[in-house]
Amino acid sequence: MTTSNLHPGPNLGDHHGEAHYGAEAIVFGFWVFLMSDLVIFGLVFASYLTVANQMGMAGGPGPAEAFDLRSVFVQTMILLTSSLTFGFATLAMRCNHGRAAIARWLAVSLLLGIGFLTLELRDFAHMIDVGAVPQRSGFWSAFWGLVPLHGVHVASGCLWIGVMLAQMAVLGMIPAVKTRILRLGLFWHFLDLIWVAIFSIVYLGGLMP
Amino acid sequence: MTDTLFGRLDLSSLSLWHAIQTPTPSELIAAGAAMAVILGGFGVLALLTWFRLWGPLWRNWLTSVDHKRIGIMYCALALIMLARGVIEGVLMRSQQAFGLHGGFLTPEHFSQLFSTHGTIMIFFVAMPFIAGVINYVMPLQIGARDMAFPVMNQISLGLTATGAALVMISLVLGQFSTGGWANYPPYTGADFQPGPGPDYWIWSIVLAGIGTTLSGINFAVTIYKERAPGMQFLRMPIFCWTVICTSIIMVFALPPLTVAALMLAADRYLDFHFFTNDLGGNMMNYVNLFWLFGHPEVYLLVIPCYGIFSEVIPTFSGKRIYGYMSMVYATMSIAVLSFCVWLHHFFTMGQSANINAAFGIASMAIAVPTGVKTYNWLATLFRGRVRMTVPMIYAIGFFYLFVIGGLTGVMLANPVISYQVHNTLFLVAHFHNVIIPGVLFGLLAGYHFWFPKAFGFRLDERWGRAAACLWIAGFSFTFLPLYWLGLQGMPRRSATFSDPAFQPVMWLALFGAALILAALTCLAVQLWVSIRNRDHLAVPLGDPWNGRALEWSIPSPPPAYNFAVLPQVAARDDFAMAKADGRTFAEPDAYEDIEMPDNTAIGMIVCVCATLMGLALVFWIWWLAVLSFAVMLVALIGRTFRVVTTHVIPAAEIAAAHRAWLARVQAAPAVSRRDETRERNRGRAMLERPTTPEAAE
Repeated sequence: MTTSNLHPGPNLGDHHGEAHYGAEAIVFGFWVFLMSDLVIFGLVFASYLTVANQMGMAGGPGPAEAFDLRSVFVQTMILLTSSLTFGFATLAMRCNHGRAAIARWLAVSLLLGIGFLTLELRDFAHMIDVGAVPQRSGFWSAFWGLVPLHGVHVASGCLWIGVMLAQMAVLGMIPAVKTRILRLGLFWHFLDLIWVAIFSIVYLGGLMP
Repeated sequence: MTDTLFGRLDLSSLSLWHAIQTPTPSELIAAGAAMAVILGGFGVLALLTWFRLWGPLWRNWLTSVDHKRIGIMYCALALIMLARGVIEGVLMRSQQAFGLHGGFLTPEHFSQLFSTHGTIMIFFVAMPFIAGVINYVMPLQIGARDMAFPVMNQISLGLTATGAALVMISLVLGQFSTGGWANYPPYTGADFQPGPGPDYWIWSIVLAGIGTTLSGINFAVTIYKERAPGMQFLRMPIFCWTVICTSIIMVFALPPLTVAALMLAADRYLDFHFFTNDLGGNMMNYVNLFWLFGHPEVYLLVIPCYGIFSEVIPTFSGKRIYGYMSMVYATMSIAVLSFCVWLHHFFTMGQSANINAAFGIASMAIAVPTGVKTYNWLATLFRGRVRMTVPMIYAIGFFYLFVIGGLTGVMLANPVISYQVHNTLFLVAHFHNVIIPGVLFGLLAGYHFWFPKAFGFRLDERWGRAAACLWIAGFSFTFLPLYWLGLQGMPRRSATFSDPAFQPVMWLALFGAALILAALTCLAVQLWVSIRNRDHLAVPLGDPWNGRALEWSIPSPPPAYNFAVLPQVAARDDFAMAKADGRTFAEPDAYEDIEMPDNTAIGMIVCVCATLMGLALVFWIWWLAVLSFAVMLVALIGRTFRVVTTHVIPAAEIAAAHRAWLARVQAAPAVSRRDETRERNRGRAMLERPTTPEAAE
């Protein structure tokens, strides 16, 4: 641990000067926000688990009828890859590889995010087709409360990447832009973490015999 | 077509319309309240226009990101809402006093009253008041220039104001929920309450709750990252310790409320089945989520008030706080335990005896650190030079009454007793007994204590004493009788009753409510009188009470940048120590330029858009909901494209102001404690050392 670690997670480093030191309170504050968001997801998970049973399904379709594990596995791979590419963007920024390199990795992450959302929406359409709609039962209400909540987060992340690409073009790599990309990175990896829980608990857990 | 334009908003949504159709007492009271909101609103607008105050209001207040001004606006909002909350309380006590086999209000109206009363008092009186005091005091106490996130601070205020506005609008348009402040489904589901009532509750709570979560983040980060050099954690005033505990509760306990309310919204708007009776819904999930918020919430409210008492009592005893470390440990313990007891709110809802026992013991355990605090306060008074100023009167009332409330809390923590008095007025007596002496007295003590810091003049002492004594007496007459009624089986939330034996006690409670109303009137008169006499009450030099922490080391009101030079903190109670060592009021070696954030309208844009969005959602005006959300989003994103958001105050300007103030302080005579409530007190306190060695502890 060096003294230039001003906050948990990836730091910009001394050679970023003002941006590095200015990031201390801002990025720390974002960690606190993420903890708060984690509580939200934790509670929605807990609510899901209390109704993930025959009573909660109220005679409606169960996970076996509605989940397509292959598609979900592909989504998982896409999302994990996007976290990797976002990591490359953060590293490119930390090592001063220039705006083009950062923008390239951000754009790849954005495309992967959009790809994930597209597949997810296709899955949702399939669920609606088989009658696994939130109005059907408490179980499906909880599912539609949890998984799309993650989806909305990913969509916000995509919007945020778009805004950052615009700001990089308009404002250049000023300190404010750098700390925003740092925070966006935390957000993006956080969504990955949540997805791992969704994949394990909702999809794998739901399809377990 | 009108459906698309106005959703389900129509003429029958106006409470005035109902009063014209059926002029019963209940409807006339509702219409009167609506008229009060409308006339009050227009009255304020007219006065602002008449005195040409729009410009100053906009420039100096609504667009300000100064934590001190934001704090004052929070307090103003809380005091306005307090007036409504108290009037509703008095109305409910009147209804029950006349409630033998009837009364003048319909049960529906009575239910709306206890729902809005609870919602307002918790979310729009206690929370904004606390946020206001924290906002004002905490950065000054830790030697910071502002909050860590000044603009987010303004947005938090905007969202809190949004929630309050929605509750006020519900008096005029439609009606509020009848489901109590906890708004339990399935009773608040679409099947039982299809009207807009629970939707008002949902959106006012969700929007204000998001604001509070952001506030919590802001307070926590400010304390973690913005302390002045040398301000180690264990040198912080106890109030700052309570703020950090409260902000941790805000960050972790508000999300459950948001989740519960949004799930309820999904049930009501989209026909989900989270909490419905049928199709696999489970209302116990709501109860768990709500109280996972609700119980930490009451500690969120009371912990900062413990902090206020921990500032008031040492200052007016002329001693440092007794048992600083045990105070810190006790505060942290309470904050942690507050998350471990939520289930005691539904002991009677069918879980096993073992679970009840575990949560009962956890609930009782909270009494231990609370007791530690109480003994510490008493030990602080012991052999101190105690002055019975207004904040101290509140503190003494707090000691007696809060201990009674705490002890009945220990009674209720026993599941067996909880079964016995479940849903009776005993419970109403208990939680008012902790919230009024604990939270409200604490806040009012803080209001009197820090008012001279915020405005540069003291509040009138005589009216303040009258108000404090009336609050204490009024509380005692109103709520202590309810314990008896509860033990005799009088249910809570009941508009009427049938046992004539209750009636005299109800009258006693009504008498108490009248005293509370008188106390509130005294507070209003006090403010008026104090503003009129502000020249006689002026304490511009900044230290009227011989204060102990950093906020008293600067002028009153403080400059926008708080400290001309950031203080170098050397000890706990640094300012008291500095006065003892004679190192106060020295001119610093050098002044530097200070960079401060610019004013911005973003908080007001969020406030207006969020209010419109909330109203649109309540009345199903979808286009307006989408539009106002979009405007808010565009405004927030647009703001991030602004590069220059700060301005610099030149060192010369700071030096001139600071030197002028130092000269005035040096020239002023120091005032002894005997004279602190007299005109001679201009805010330069004479240091008076305690005379006995025990007192020096």
